[in-house]
Formats: sequence, structure tokens, C-alpha cells
Amino acid sequence: MLTYIVKRLLYSLPIMLGVSIVCFMLVHMAPSDPLVSVLPPDASDDLKKQLMALYGFDRPYVEQFIKWLARAITGDLGTSIRTSRPVVREVMTAVANTLSLAAFATFIGFFFGILFGFIAGYFRGTWIDKLASVISVIGVSVPHYWLGMVLVIIFAANLGWLPPTGAGPGGSQNWIWNWEHVRHMVLPAITMSVIPMGIIARTIRALVAETLSQEFIVGLKAKGLSSFGVLRHVVKNAAPTALAVMGIQLGYLLGGSILIETVFSWPGTGLLLNDAIFQRDLPLLQGTILVLATFFVVLNMLVDVVQTLLDPRVARS
Amino acid sequence: MQPNTAAAVAPAYASDAIERSPGYWATVWQRFRRDPVAVGALVVISALILMAILAPWITPQDPYKGMALRRLRPPGTEGYLLGTDELGRDMLSRLMMGARLSLFMGVTPVLLAFLVGTSIGVAAGYVGGLLNTVLMRTIDVFFAFPSVLLAIALSGALGAGVTNGLISLTVVFIPPIARVAESVTTGVRARDFVEAARASGAGALSIIRHHVLGNVLGPILVYAMSLVAVSMILASGLSFLGLGVRPPEPEWGLMLNTLRTAIYTQPLLCALPGVMIFITSISFNLLTDGLRSAMDIKA
Repeated sequence: MLTYIVKRLLYSLPIMLGVSIVCFMLVHMAPSDPLVSVLPPDASDDLKKQLMALYGFDRPYVEQFIKWLARAITGDLGTSIRTSRPVVREVMTAVANTLSLAAFATFIGFFFGILFGFIAGYFRGTWIDKLASVISVIGVSVPHYWLGMVLVIIFAANLGWLPPTGAGPGGSQNWIWNWEHVRHMVLPAITMSVIPMGIIARTIRALVAETLSQEFIVGLKAKGLSSFGVLRHVVKNAAPTALAVMGIQLGYLLGGSILIETVFSWPGTGLLLNDAIFQRDLPLLQGTILVLATFFVVLNMLVDVVQTLLDPRVARS
Repeated sequence: MQPNTAAAVAPAYASDAIERSPGYWATVWQRFRRDPVAVGALVVISALILMAILAPWITPQDPYKGMALRRLRPPGTEGYLLGTDELGRDMLSRLMMGARLSLFMGVTPVLLAFLVGTSIGVAAGYVGGLLNTVLMRTIDVFFAFPSVLLAIALSGALGAGVTNGLISLTVVFIPPIARVAESVTTGVRARDFVEAARASGAGALSIIRHHVLGNVLGPILVYAMSLVAVSMILASGLSFLGLGVRPPEPEWGLMLNTLRTAIYTQPLLCALPGVMIFITSISFNLLTDGLRSAMDIKA
């Protein structure tokens, strides 16, 4: 098992290299000049060349990439073209905000996803199962940005219970876990939790239903085990796969928050990306994507390792 | 159904009936037909496609012509069944017309990714060895990005527009399809009939065409179909962000974006384009679920 875990850790290295190549290419794939957002339209060729040299855009791609990667590893993601601030600082502030939102959304989504999935799987074939299935299909089909708007219409515009946008009085820098701030988080977090809830409910339902239909369950029941005891076995069997799906969903939450953050003006990575894209701030775009993708790679690795620890069969397959 | 009932009613034709026993797809269709939810979803999708095709001829008003005097009328206004948008254009006409771009942007990337992803996956799965390693490890790199993030990053870097949106979404859907295609193909390659074909001297391409594709296309197709719902939401999401389709073209995601400013004055009106996206994506999900159980494929 240890060999497997070491192998899995090492395997992340080439993946990270590939990810950084993709991120690096994002800037050079862009049809316009990387400096288009700061240069006046009538800039002289001389000025253009000077700026290109300043940012190092005039060097060969391979050289640029190696330099960029070497700096990225030491935590230097370059400077934002628009604000001239270090990209790392902008990204880290945003990541912190996205993480607190994602944590809240994860809690809601996982809790209800597991609950619905488990109930539906346990009472498979009954109306409870059908109801839970309907909820999970709606969860995976609803355009979440639209759901966000609908929630704003209902709870902010009509009922006035919760604020429609923003992150609260602390703004983007000083987030605190108190009600004054958390109430700003409720609507975006619910919106965000809907997709993982649907997917997790579906997965758990299938896992529980499948486990319950296996012969050893019949054996356990025949042996006279209480239904609670049987349930314990079901949980043990379903846990590794369920965990893997949940880990990936957490990653999707981090990456998929851009649309929701735009709807709610939540000062996280999504809003940052949005700014980077529309102000053509390519280093910022590159840096944000690299940080988010790194999170995702590390998360996937952790999920695999934990899954192996829980279920040694994984390592052997 | 028919051959079996014929056999039961008229035993004299029994041998005839066995010869005409339904093929695989006929059996799938028979099972599919008995699933009311799936059939309902198919009807809704067909209606949407029909609406998209016929839109230029059946819209009650000109979907591009606005009038400042009748901006943001609520649904139910005389002459404008679903009201008017922020530029005074008829909502119903724009929603009907919007079906064209929205469906196109949602379905095309999956189709393209199906072609490319299946090619990559089948090649990797059938040839194996070094080719498999190179192709699948490259695919793994793209898997390291959450799909929404990758789509937005690519189209953000490429710039707004329908073509760039299509390219980004296609790139997003190739890796998952290729992975499924690879694993299904690897499974089929190990089967005896492929070994038999190889032993009798068939070439790789001929084996793939005659023995592999027929067995792998079904599962890959169903998997690809399950991505259409995601693709619809993502494509409209790109337009919602201001990437993808550009105004004044009607597209549901873009309409949702431009109507956001009226969220307090005309909430019902603002929600309409989202309802269309929702209906489409849930229909595709239900259709795929129905097809999957009719084909007896595990999710």
C-alpha cells in the first residue's frame, strides 16, 4: 500500500507540469497582445518593445516558460498588468474568500446529498426513493447561476430576509465568521451546494442500493443482525467511493464558483477571474487558474490516498 | 413486441418469428417506449428542436426589433404574451429564436468531442502500450482542471464569440469521453471474438470497424449524451458571463445576463430564459437516464 501511495504522490508531478504548461499557454494562445490592456491604441512600436522586454514577452517561449515556472514554484506569479500588484497577493485574498464560501456550500451540499441519497437508497423503489431521485435530477439540471438569481428575487427582493450581493461590511479583505458576514454567504452557498448535492445524492443512492442487494447483506440479516448493524456494513462499503466523489465535487465547487460569484458579487477567485478576463489581464488570469488547478490536483491526490487507506482493494486494482 | 405476440397468437408462424426476432436497437426502443418519463423528455426535446428550426417563420414578432416605449412589459401584456425585454423586444419571439443558438452551442461541442474523444479513446484502448500512455496521460492533464474553470479559462483567453466558445467547450468534453472510450475499448479488446478475428488475419482497422466500434459506440454515445445537459448549462453560462454569444443575438444565457438589471422591477420576466435552459437540460438528463436503463448500462 505504501508503494501505491508513493507512486500516487510522484504521479502528481508530471500532471502538475502539464497543468503549468496549459496555464502558460493560456497567455500565448490569446489572439491579442498580452499588453493590449495597458497600451494606448496609438502606442509607438518603440514603447511596445520596451514594455514587452520589461515583462519578458520578447523571449522565446521555452525560456519564458522555464523562468515563469521557476518563479511560480517560489510563489512569484508575476505582476498584474492592470494593477501592478503581485498576482499572488490578489489570488490569495480571493482564494481565502472562495474557500470560506466553498466550505459553507460543501457542508450544505454534502449533508443533504448524503441524507437524500441514503434515504433513497435504503427505501429503494418506494415513493421516498422517487422523491429523492427527482430532487437530485433537479439538482444536476438546474443552471446554478439562474437559481442564484431566483433566490435573490425571492429572499432578497421580495422577502428582504437576506442581502442580495457582496460579502458584508468587511469587504473582500476582512472576512469574519459572524452573522453580519455569514448572512451574505447564505444565498451564494445554497446556490453553490445544489449541484454537488444532486450528484452526491445520486452516487450514494446507487451505492447504498447496490450494497443492500448483495448477498452478504442477506447473510447478515439471516444471522439476526439488527437493521442498525446492517446499516453499519452498508456505510463501510459505500464510504470509499462516496468519499472519492465528494472530494472531486469539492474541487468542482472551487473551480465552478465563477458564475455564482458573478451573480452575487462575491469577492472570490471567480470574480477575480471575471475581472482578469474582461480587463485582459492575462498574468492574473494565468496565476488564478494555476492556483485553482493546483488545489484540484492536490485534492484529487489526497482523495486517492485516503481512499486507499480506507479500502486497500483500490491499490491492488 | 410484434414478433413475439405473433408467435403466441399464431404458432404456425413460430419459426418465421424466430428469424425475425428483434435486433438490439429494436429491443432498446421497446424498453425505452415503456418508460413514460423518458418518452416525455424525448417529446420535449423534439418540440424544442422543432421550435428552433422553425423559429424564423413562427415568431409572433420580430425578435430583433425593439421599441423604447414598451420596455420591460410584464408577461401577459396584450400582444406580448411573455412581455418585452430591456430594449422593448418581444420576449416570446426572442426565447423561440434563442433556442437556435442555445441548442447549437449546447449540442455541438459534445458532438465534436464525441468524434475526437472516441477516436482518441479507441486508438489508445485498442493499440495500448506507449500510445495509450502518451494519449491518456495527456488527457489526465486536462482532467486536472475542473470543467467549468477550464471552459472559462480557455474562452477567456481566446476572447468572446461563438466559435471560441465552441472550441473551449469541445476541449472540455474531449477528456471525459476519451477516458470512457478507452476503458470500454480496453474491455472489448480482451474478448475472445477480437482474438479470433486477429487470429484469422484481420487487420487492426478492420477489427476496430467490424468488431470493436459496434460494441463500444453504444456506451460512449450514452455517456456523451449525459454531457449534453452539462454542456447546455455551461454554454449558456459562458454567454451569461459575456463570453460566448454576443448581443444582439438572442441566446438564453445572454438574455439572462442582460435582464439581470431588471431583477427588482420585473422578476418574473428575468427568470424566463433560465426556465428554458432548465427545461432543456433536465429533459436531456431524463432522456439519458431512460436510454441508459433501456440499454442496461450502469451509470
